Amino acid sequence: MIKTLDLAPALPEVFVAIAGLALLMLGVFRKDNATRTVSLLVIMVMAAALMLVSSLGTERHLAFGGLFVADRFAGFAKGLILLASAFSVAMSLQFLEKEKIARFEYPVLVLFATLGMMMMVSANDFLALYLGLELQSLSLYVLAAFNRDNLKSTEAGVKYFVLGALASGMLLYGISLLYGFGGSTSFETLANLFAGGHDHPVKPNMGIIAGLVFVLAGLSFKISAVPFHMWAPDVYEGAPTPVTSFFAVAPKIAAICLLTRVMFGPFADLVVQWRQVIEFIAIGSMFVGAFAAIVQTNIKRLMAYSSIGHVGFILVGIAAGSDLGVQGVLIYLAIYLFMNLGTFAVILSMRQKGRMVEGIEDLAGLAKSNPVMALVMATLMFSMAGIPPLAGFWGKFYVFMAAVQAELYTLAILGVLSSVVSAYYYLRVIKVMYFDEPTEAFDRPVGRSMALVMAVSTLVVLVFTFVPAPLVSSAKAAAAVLFPAGG
Amino acid sequence: MFEIGLSHYLTVAAILFTLGVFGIFLNRKNVIVIMMSIELMLLAVNINFVAFSSYLNDLVGQVFAMFILTVAAAEAAIGLAIVVVFFRNRGTIAVEEISQLKG
Repeated sequence: MIKTLDLAPALPEVFVAIAGLALLMLGVFRKDNATRTVSLLVIMVMAAALMLVSSLGTERHLAFGGLFVADRFAGFAKGLILLASAFSVAMSLQFLEKEKIARFEYPVLVLFATLGMMMMVSANDFLALYLGLELQSLSLYVLAAFNRDNLKSTEAGVKYFVLGALASGMLLYGISLLYGFGGSTSFETLANLFAGGHDHPVKPNMGIIAGLVFVLAGLSFKISAVPFHMWAPDVYEGAPTPVTSFFAVAPKIAAICLLTRVMFGPFADLVVQWRQVIEFIAIGSMFVGAFAAIVQTNIKRLMAYSSIGHVGFILVGIAAGSDLGVQGVLIYLAIYLFMNLGTFAVILSMRQKGRMVEGIEDLAGLAKSNPVMALVMATLMFSMAGIPPLAGFWGKFYVFMAAVQAELYTLAILGVLSSVVSAYYYLRVIKVMYFDEPTEAFDRPVGRSMALVMAVSTLVVLVFTFVPAPLVSSAKAAAAVLFPAGG
Repeated sequence: MFEIGLSHYLTVAAILFTLGVFGIFLNRKNVIVIMMSIELMLLAVNINFVAFSSYLNDLVGQVFAMFILTVAAAEAAIGLAIVVVFFRNRGTIAVEEISQLKG
């Protein structure tokens, strides 16, 4: 059964890959500094890829002999990833130019990382998963160390590289065990095997379980879930701020979508085996995210712990193991994207006399010196804390509802408790902005792209309560793909 | 006669993989040793894949091993480049000196 090489379902990826190579050449052959041009072109490429993704339709298509799948789930995830990457490139340019690290490789690296993420969420085989994940990771290692004359940035690069490579190794070891004991690396074949629909049904034996645990550990590293979260605060603090804003959003969305696909694809019938593990890392992440963030003074470190906490909440949706849970995960991811982008736009605007500041106390008196920015930050912090009627509340609402429906009451209660604890440090930021004595005001103006990102994200966070339908229904359709035959 | 079977290969791979993991965590000397440990882990995985491939009479495992070798080369190149820029800033690559970021 020789199939012709049908590239149509992978058209967005092929387009992004070719565009990336072309832009790399453009940057090399242009004599002057091409960062601005290449950045704009990268944003246009991402917009075009977004259109290509949406033009693929809602059907499920396979490509590359079944290694690659394009369906609504992948489409939804790619939409979020491309949005996140495009916004983060738009936010970076100004910062890079002010810090004098504007090199054209930056937007190209972001584009290649985005390509890797798009391949990850479309993987239908462990080989495709590994290649997508590595393309993403290798680009991210370089981005973390992008400010190459800065000790903190290069140290972040070293740490991210070592721990990321360790995670890849564990993931691969797990895949090799699954291949050996399951006989295939294809998601569909493995799913059939575990469902018992094969001629020789494979009972989940020690080899399979060990493989599953290794794969889970490897992926937990990538989403920075407890107990594999230790790299996140260091890398978030050390990396240049635009890179941090990118790290906090796009790769996280991609890795969580990938984890969801793996858990509900090949391992759909092993729920009993993986649910406890997911529950454990969900609870761990929620509590570490909540308690460790309280003592932080650096806002980038705070955001690292905040994102660890958010990952915990998202994992609650996966632990629910139902289509409702996956729908909650996707809604949460979309809301998380806008909350984080907006917050990082504010963080990127924290400059005093042309220098970047990162302390939480530097925000003191922002309500007097820049009331609009303070209002944006306050809205986003309230949303992150999950205070209704802002969007962040609904993200938590959907995942906890799914957990309750799956009768995971303990998990839901612990989640709500940790959410209350985490509200403390979000509210502390608001208190610093509104009630502390003003220090030095931030430089103005903040720049058009920052203002745009702040406006868009605040608008989404405010409006979601009143117009939830578009996001909720598309997330529902995307989640349904993973549960064929209504199961 | 004593024959070398699948389980022997898997045991060797498991031992190498464990050595690699411990090399990363127990190593107190320098980053190059860590990179060697990473390579050791990836090669252990390759032994696993090739052994399973031969055992299952299935080529996918060998294809996977080739991909891992390729990606490992790229990974080593990027890792070394990052270590070099770190060395330029810090003047050393001793593991204890990678300690600016903590908290």
